[in-house]
Amino acid sequence: MTKRFKTGYRIGVILLAIIITMLLGAVILWAIGADVFKTYMVILTEPLKNKIGVTEVLLRMVPLTIIALGITVAYRSGIINIGAEGQMAMGILATTAIALAFPNLPSGVLIPFAILAGMVGGAAWGFIPGFLKAKLEVSELLSTVMLNYIAAQLYTFFLRGPMLDPAELTMGSGTPQSMRLTRNLDLTRFIPGTRIHSGLFIAIGLAVLIFLLLWKTSYGYKMRAAGASERAARYGGINVPKYLIIAMMISGGFAGIAGSIEIAGVHRRAIEGVTSGYGFSGIVVALFGGLHPAGILPAAFFFGLLIYGADMTQRLVGVPANMVQVLQGIIILVIVATKMVLANPYLMQRVESKFAAIAAKRSNLEVQA
Amino acid sequence: MELTTKAIDSLRIEHITKRFPGVLACDDISLDIGKGEVLALVGENGAGKTTLMNVLMGLYHPDEGRILINGEEVNFRSPNDAFAYGIGMVHQQYMLVPNMTVLENIALGFKQAWKPWKLDLNMVRDRIDAVARQYGLAVDPDAFIWQLSVGEQQRVELVKTLCLGARFLILDEPTSALTPQETDDLIALLKRMSGELSIIFISHKLQEVKDLSSKVAILRHGRVVFQGNTIDHSSSDIAALMTGHEVVLPHNDAPACTMGPMLQLRNLKVRSDRGFLALDDLSLYICKGEIVGLAGVSGNGQRELAEAINGLRKVESGQILFDGKDIANCSPVQVIQAGMGYIPEERNTEGIVPSFSMKENFILKDTDSEKYSSHSFLKNKVVDVEAEQLRQQFDIRSPNIEVAAGSLSGGNIQKVILAREISRSPKFLIAVYPTRGLDMGAAEFIHKQLLQKRNEGVGILLISEELEEITNLSDQVAVIFKGKIQKVLPSSEASRRRLGILMAGVKDDEEI
Amino acid sequence: MTFIVNILSLGIPFSVALLIASLGEMFNQRSGIFNLGCEGMMAMGAFLGMLVPYTIGQGADVPGIYNYLGLLLASGVGALLGLFFGLVVVTFRAPQGIAGIGMQMFGVGTAGTLFRHFIGGTQSVPGINTAPIPGLSKIPILGTLFFNHNPMVYVAFLFVPIAWYILFKTPWGLRVRAVGTHPRAADSIGIQVNKVRFQALAVGGALAGLAGAYLSLCQVKMFSDEIIAGRGFIAVALVYFGHWHPVKIMAGALLFALAQALQLAIQGLGIDFPYEFLVMLPYALVIVVLAFSRKSQKTGPSALGKPFNREIRT
Repeated sequence: MTKRFKTGYRIGVILLAIIITMLLGAVILWAIGADVFKTYMVILTEPLKNKIGVTEVLLRMVPLTIIALGITVAYRSGIINIGAEGQMAMGILATTAIALAFPNLPSGVLIPFAILAGMVGGAAWGFIPGFLKAKLEVSELLSTVMLNYIAAQLYTFFLRGPMLDPAELTMGSGTPQSMRLTRNLDLTRFIPGTRIHSGLFIAIGLAVLIFLLLWKTSYGYKMRAAGASERAARYGGINVPKYLIIAMMISGGFAGIAGSIEIAGVHRRAIEGVTSGYGFSGIVVALFGGLHPAGILPAAFFFGLLIYGADMTQRLVGVPANMVQVLQGIIILVIVATKMVLANPYLMQRVESKFAAIAAKRSNLEVQA
Repeated sequence: MELTTKAIDSLRIEHITKRFPGVLACDDISLDIGKGEVLALVGENGAGKTTLMNVLMGLYHPDEGRILINGEEVNFRSPNDAFAYGIGMVHQQYMLVPNMTVLENIALGFKQAWKPWKLDLNMVRDRIDAVARQYGLAVDPDAFIWQLSVGEQQRVELVKTLCLGARFLILDEPTSALTPQETDDLIALLKRMSGELSIIFISHKLQEVKDLSSKVAILRHGRVVFQGNTIDHSSSDIAALMTGHEVVLPHNDAPACTMGPMLQLRNLKVRSDRGFLALDDLSLYICKGEIVGLAGVSGNGQRELAEAINGLRKVESGQILFDGKDIANCSPVQVIQAGMGYIPEERNTEGIVPSFSMKENFILKDTDSEKYSSHSFLKNKVVDVEAEQLRQQFDIRSPNIEVAAGSLSGGNIQKVILAREISRSPKFLIAVYPTRGLDMGAAEFIHKQLLQKRNEGVGILLISEELEEITNLSDQVAVIFKGKIQKVLPSSEASRRRLGILMAGVKDDEEI
Repeated sequence: MTFIVNILSLGIPFSVALLIASLGEMFNQRSGIFNLGCEGMMAMGAFLGMLVPYTIGQGADVPGIYNYLGLLLASGVGALLGLFFGLVVVTFRAPQGIAGIGMQMFGVGTAGTLFRHFIGGTQSVPGINTAPIPGLSKIPILGTLFFNHNPMVYVAFLFVPIAWYILFKTPWGLRVRAVGTHPRAADSIGIQVNKVRFQALAVGGALAGLAGAYLSLCQVKMFSDEIIAGRGFIAVALVYFGHWHPVKIMAGALLFALAQALQLAIQGLGIDFPYEFLVMLPYALVIVVLAFSRKSQKTGPSALGKPFNREIRT
């Protein structure tokens, strides 16, 4: 098989995958009577037309990156973590608790402390499914989903009860949210007039960290080995359950960090709806980024664009923002199918022989003519 | 009840070619079998025998060539088409659904019993009775498959094939999991059946070929290299044709080592996955610089033994003294650090991480060693140099050290494992079926390496089904049967016949 | 006493959506397919089920019939989604866990998008009402418990023996069990493994769609984004809990529904207890049950989650 054919085949398959994704999305758009082309244009270009738009996309990129990095660690170790949403919520609760308890600590101490607390909160929530999988063979797909629902209830409980903004009590509107957290927790917004904050650099730093961890250290090696072939790893003396739990705690910890940073950088108080959808979007980003930090950064930007763009479609072309979830679902399905197509030598051989047959026929015709 | 479909007077395979990506499995094969004939299809592993039979069954579609029955061309798109012509196959790995009964397994292929809203199991039962009477093959229709022994399962496979109306039987290595005695029974049965049926049987055991077949065809690298009548050729002729050259496998003729014991197993009890005792009070010891071959029909506790020693399976009771220390129930990493080397049974899933590069697989057991890492960071340059050296030293055929280990051929994968284990300078090595499915060249290489290690003073436990491999390499031969060591004898006294009797579970072999 | 009767009579209709969905998932898993997309298929079913009576059913002469047309549409689209999922995991052999997440997002997202366009805000439908069984429903206590429900409750419990019969007594059930346990054996004997898996996915999808429509037409009588609330995932868990057997799955569905009914009843009592912890209860129960359910190798579909490829030996 020629190298040229292989490259062409890969590009062809990927192009086909993109077209199929757009077409499937178009079916849904058509069903609600939207202008398909215009909708795609709004989603993909509208946010990039001004400074605010670009920074808002970058703003969404931050938690997407961090969560996707965590999901990558888990996925590479053989666990699919769909519990990032719950872990993020636990991270927010921990951060909020620290900020409420120590409002007077200087920023230089409080911010790392609060983010660390968020990480611990998320890691603790990630430990549960990791432990259940490693020791009791409980499917992490089910346990993490259930823990999402449980975390959502815990979150509401704290925001309605112990952490409720005292002002809400006196004013009486009863919105479940904490008070405005101490300004010492605020992450710097480095472009005036926009909301983009220094969390972006933390996200990039964490991407480098995860790259080093997974590919340059013996810990990463063992985690990847456990994920790539659990059996061979065990035979090679790797304590697979231990690394499953560690991977899940890192994964949860990262979701927790993402939660802390959202609070410290964007919302500045714990409110409802901070986590919504990030857990599942994080999976899409991780897969789309090829489960590698270098791919995740651009993938997170792309999905930040999609999410922010979808918000705009509601206003500009009357397409509900739920459309972004539809697209994400389709993208997952298309990515996993495409990966299998690319990895299938039988199919490639069949396509090649088809091409060869066509080429032969054509050259025959040319000879005859 | 009519058991058979229309007669097959002749079956011809003409110019069959089947390619897989990167492999030419069958290369222009032509064969021809008449009524009542028994054709033995002989060849090494990977010669294309099974692929050819799967083509005949309609499981694979040939890229070129055709099949003729009674002079008419047929085109099988699925096994159903083959059944319709009365061709049936017993696969090497039994094709029985473990959590269903014998009856249900047979009903699965018996389409006459498929009423739209009901499965007519009584019809299947009658059919089984009829087959049992005609061929003297009794099975319990209500037993679950998982309750049956290997021999019984094979009988079920035969009954199933006959129930579906086969009058042309294909048997893929039917004796590979049987004891010598069960094998004799099967051969006798097949001889009786060959009066009314045509049979193709795949084997690489020459004795069976001589006993049973009327014609023999030898495959090598996907081609038919020889066809003829069995009586006209001796076993050694056939053996020579099978391998293509006179085989001289390395032989252990160094004097037995007299150094002290390295691995002592004392009264080991270990359970299998299903919960019964796979090792029942097993004791054995192996000295430094000695190869002990463990002979036995697979499934008698070999896998559990290797796993228990390596800390991969719980030891219920007993001791594993390794260089004087008890390592029973130590973790795998502790066993590895104590100096144990291990070539596991399944090289693709246990020996290597297939998606990892070759060099990454070399360091699988040593990521924490000072040689390859400092402060948890891997020393990539050292790894590269070391890996390149191993690749050359062990003659691993690959473009570079970055290729995914899983993409290598079986022989090269085994060399990667061997290189890793040997380069760790182990005190002891457990090799489980180390040359299974490998070509002669790779097998020879591995045998030489094992002998060299032995001469350097490493103790080796060699688990194998190939008696020749065991008798050639070992100083002592131990025979395992139902989780116990039947007997340990010096390799010079381990004749094929004597081992066969011991493997079948007969304890006192002295007077035979 | 009345408290217990209330919980039980509330719990039985609550169990129906779980029961129908997990019977569908049981067929999927018995054929070897782990369908985590159940939640998404249920969401689509819930939306479509309500759509029919809400749009063309309004002001019609016999509005009741449109409820049943809704159920039918939901099952039909559910079956199509099952086949679509089959395309990804059976034809392309994609890993089933992650593909299921994609299916779930696609289903939930599409239902939400279409809902906003065709229905909009919170609109309720009359739905399918209670149909007391004449005579039997008058029996004290037992009548309230078992014979005073909407018709779909009776149908759902009829599904249990029907599913059992299909799985264990028909040729199709035999094929489904075979391809889920030892696909290579089934293949060697002339059974088209992938075809059977597609069939099972269509059945499973139809039942998931029906379960969703039950929620919007019989239980909640409206649609919202959170209507499924993890029931699809719980249904998947119930199949493990019930060891792929219809009767045990029914027991599991009842257990969870009763936990939910109990939770609501306690809230209704007005005890001062944070209700969030009560809402958590069924979800926590799933985890506990999964952690302590016996892992059985002999009865289960051992090829679960493994794509079949004749030409690659394992």
